[in-house]
Amino acid sequence: MTPVQRTVTKTVIALIGMVCFTIALVPLYDVFCQITGLNGKVASQAQPIISEEVDTSRYVTVQFITRTGSGLPWRLEPLDRQVRVHPGQSYKVLFAFTNYGDEARRGRAVPSVSPSEASLHLRKVTCFCFQEQRLEAGEHLRLPVVFQLTTDLPESVHTVTLAYTLYPAANNPTLGERAMPAQGGDA
Amino acid sequence: MAPKLPPKAPLEHGNSITGGASAHEGEHHYRSGPLRWLLTTNHKEIGTLYLIFSLSMFMVGGIMALVVRLELFQPGLQMVQPEFFNQMTTMHGLIMIFGAVMPGFVGLANWMVPLQVGAPDMALPRLNNFSFWLLPIAFVLLLSTLLMPGGGPNFGWTSYAPLSTTYAPPSTTFFIFSLHMAGISSILGAINIIATILNLRAPGMRLMDMTLFVWTWLITAFLLIAVMPVLAGVLTMMLLDINFGTSFFNAAGGGDPVLFQHLFWFFGHPEVYIMILPAFGIVSVIVPTFARKPLFGYSSMVYATASIAVLSFTVWAHHMFSVGLPLVAELFFMYATMLIAVPTGVKVFNWIATLFRGSITFETAMLFALAFIVLFSIGGFSGLMLAIAPADFQYHDTYFVVAHFHYVLVPGAVFSIMAAVYYWLPKWTGHYPDERLGRWHFWLSVIGVNLLFFPMHFAGLAGMPRRIPDYALQFADFNMASSIGGFLFGFSQLLFIWVIVKCVRGGVKAPARSWDGATDLEWTVPSPAPLHTFETPPDMRRIES
Repeated sequence: MTPVQRTVTKTVIALIGMVCFTIALVPLYDVFCQITGLNGKVASQAQPIISEEVDTSRYVTVQFITRTGSGLPWRLEPLDRQVRVHPGQSYKVLFAFTNYGDEARRGRAVPSVSPSEASLHLRKVTCFCFQEQRLEAGEHLRLPVVFQLTTDLPESVHTVTLAYTLYPAANNPTLGERAMPAQGGDA
Repeated sequence: MAPKLPPKAPLEHGNSITGGASAHEGEHHYRSGPLRWLLTTNHKEIGTLYLIFSLSMFMVGGIMALVVRLELFQPGLQMVQPEFFNQMTTMHGLIMIFGAVMPGFVGLANWMVPLQVGAPDMALPRLNNFSFWLLPIAFVLLLSTLLMPGGGPNFGWTSYAPLSTTYAPPSTTFFIFSLHMAGISSILGAINIIATILNLRAPGMRLMDMTLFVWTWLITAFLLIAVMPVLAGVLTMMLLDINFGTSFFNAAGGGDPVLFQHLFWFFGHPEVYIMILPAFGIVSVIVPTFARKPLFGYSSMVYATASIAVLSFTVWAHHMFSVGLPLVAELFFMYATMLIAVPTGVKVFNWIATLFRGSITFETAMLFALAFIVLFSIGGFSGLMLAIAPADFQYHDTYFVVAHFHYVLVPGAVFSIMAAVYYWLPKWTGHYPDERLGRWHFWLSVIGVNLLFFPMHFAGLAGMPRRIPDYALQFADFNMASSIGGFLFGFSQLLFIWVIVKCVRGGVKAPARSWDGATDLEWTVPSPAPLHTFETPPDMRRIES
């Protein structure tokens, strides 16, 4: 190989390396966020309640926010806008789904927790966000969320906000199936 | 080690450098007309093509900027619809970055790197031709999206998802394709430049003998290799999200829009240094020439450039202070960003120290280089203000940001390209540019650019948001001043074209060493530089004494 070919080969290898690195960044970001909870994502499957002593010396305010949009004629409302909880204890709150549209639609609520430091300390036993919902036209539905804040929640956190954003799930059943693996939270 | 500019004593006597060149000159003119330009593999011709392309894109992007400034001349909606306004801001950014500034620097590299390292041509001449011709195709495609149903890209040059995926016009796929092509062109250009600099230096020229322009371009080329694949990757993910139902950036499907911002700025921050490092190199050759002193602190300049390049990979999230980063990350990115001010400060110090007690003359090239030092520093200071994470929550997405990056890009990158054009025009055309017109061009540009961008600082600090076609009444005076400055700056560029055309057609004949204080290798070849130079490499080995 001539020296020019050697340099070009090395540069192209570096280039391919950067392409691989870019592709790897996506799963790396997910893993990083899962470990640190930095993007406010919470586990998308039910987690068992940890039985631990309830820290009655401490109150944490948990607020619930909902957002609809993306062309889904639904309304999602928390029946309790905020609750004051002791870390360690499990609580149940209710959310109301209403379909204002004139046809049956399927939707999915995606949760997000802020501050992100709290996202690893919020455990959910029951949540409508674990699967898609199907609402007939005009249907009204109340669904529970059962959650627990673990006692090792950082001292600096006094308020935790749990936000749900409603997205339409495809009405087409085959498309709907394809949307299912997305539950795993993969990119 | 005592690094200095290339030794010139053995070269001035070396008539073999160009002696061989003229013999070959005739036989390469067998092709004429457009095919000659389409098929050329000559680094000087390709450099010229790049520069002409860059200048024309500068004009197209400039017209879009004037549409924006015309709309913002007064509050309320006057001239264009908000949808079209958004397309104008987006296309202005894309065209100026990928179509004007980057090809401008690549064109200068094509022309000057082989001449400054004593190489006969670029290492990979055919690849060079290919990487140029990708660009016109890419930008015709990009511009054609303006005519498509739904219009062109309207989500800002940063194309944040989901604005650029879920809510984007249908033409976005074409936008992605054209940026892919521009990116491939940049990557191929970078490979070529690295291969040229590392392999084709004249015998005896060590890395630390190279001019700063060559050095900064070498480092820039490595940055391009490192981050262009990231841009390609993030654009491909957008493409998949739009057309193939994936959810990289779609929260509904488990993706994360913030991931887009991380990936984009991991490319985007090194990208802004790609647009300024060659400018540092240009100023570092022009200032010593017209101060008639060797560059102060040559090796510290090289190390400062390299450390800016390395640090550029650790600061990307300072563009994202307000997305909800944890405190630790805010602090890390704030301090890392401020750290970059240190090597940049070294550079500014060195330029000033080079000027100190020099015998300075103020040719147009030098005027632009001096304006660069002053005005780029203003942009650097506002960058430091933006780096303060708590303050950035106030400045984020306001006109303060617009003022900052335009100060580093227009009187920074663009002025350096203009300085380079005035500096090297005698070498390219064999004629000196018209100094009187050049001074007019310079002063109108400097006044225009400051009138255009300085008031934006105040509008931004007072809270005027970016990328909005209308604004509250209290910003009216600032915006009117900006618009007047914009038109002054825009139209004074017609003078620039006039100077170039006039210089190509004739003027005062320039000798090989066109400037009194010029010592680099390119001034040893005749002016205008013949098509083939350094076919016998100049001998740069030092005479041991």
